[in-house]
Amino acid sequence: MTVISAIPDTESLTLTVVAQLAAPPARVWQLWVDPRQLERWWGPPTWPATFTAHDPRPGGRSSYRMTGPDGTTANGWWRFHAIDELRSLEIDEGFADADGEPDLTMPTTRMRLDLSETADGTRMTLVSHFASVEQMQQLLEMGMVDGMSEAMSQIDAILGEG
Amino acid sequence: MVVDEDVATDRVFAALADATRRDIVRRVIAQEASVSALARTYQMSFAAVQKHVAVLERAGLVTKERRGRLAVVHPDLGTLAVATRLLDSFEALWRARIGRMEDLLAAPPPPRNQPAD
Repeated sequence: MTVISAIPDTESLTLTVVAQLAAPPARVWQLWVDPRQLERWWGPPTWPATFTAHDPRPGGRSSYRMTGPDGTTANGWWRFHAIDELRSLEIDEGFADADGEPDLTMPTTRMRLDLSETADGTRMTLVSHFASVEQMQQLLEMGMVDGMSEAMSQIDAILGEG
Repeated sequence: MVVDEDVATDRVFAALADATRRDIVRRVIAQEASVSALARTYQMSFAAVQKHVAVLERAGLVTKERRGRLAVVHPDLGTLAVATRLLDSFEALWRARIGRMEDLLAAPPPPRNQPAD
């Protein structure tokens, strides 16, 4: 695992995750801005995501749909707040209704990504700021964490192919 | 019951919306402190700190215990544990996502044809 540290802050409801990735920032950036690459890691294998819109520039929006094992779908959106090509981006993300329109009755999460080049790749820092405990529970119920063990076994399977 | 929980959660977040109160929680998690020691730390009146502590007490985030002439403030780890557990779940979520990222980075061209066996 390349995750170096994960620091939850209970008072400010912030989670900071730092990871070291074995690829240059330009390659890691593609994982975030290319929707075909993004959808391969955003959702767990049991709830794969399909991005129907992805506009990585300030004010730009993204829409995605996640489909669960029983065919249930859950929609979400991103809004790009700030973007500094190859270095950082800041988004708000939240739930969407069945038509993919942001559900404004649901709270949003602010997330910031920072990439910096290191001798052996990229240091990636992610800070998620949650609005409330209820919101965190809603996100978890949406199935985003579901299938964690499947995700791990899928990784093992792919590594085993090589 | 659900309504009670909502009210309790609202109290927790209202209590933590203030920077001084968040700092009091952080401090007493690290080490219990008396109200007068906290007042010295923040250069605030005893009464002002007393009010902050009372808000945190009503939210169930700290408890106050009288020890001789001192009022000692402790964290209530039960309430804080709920938020911690949820943050832990998000940590697991991100660890899994980063695992999938690593996987994509290790094998840039996705395999198009799987061997039949």
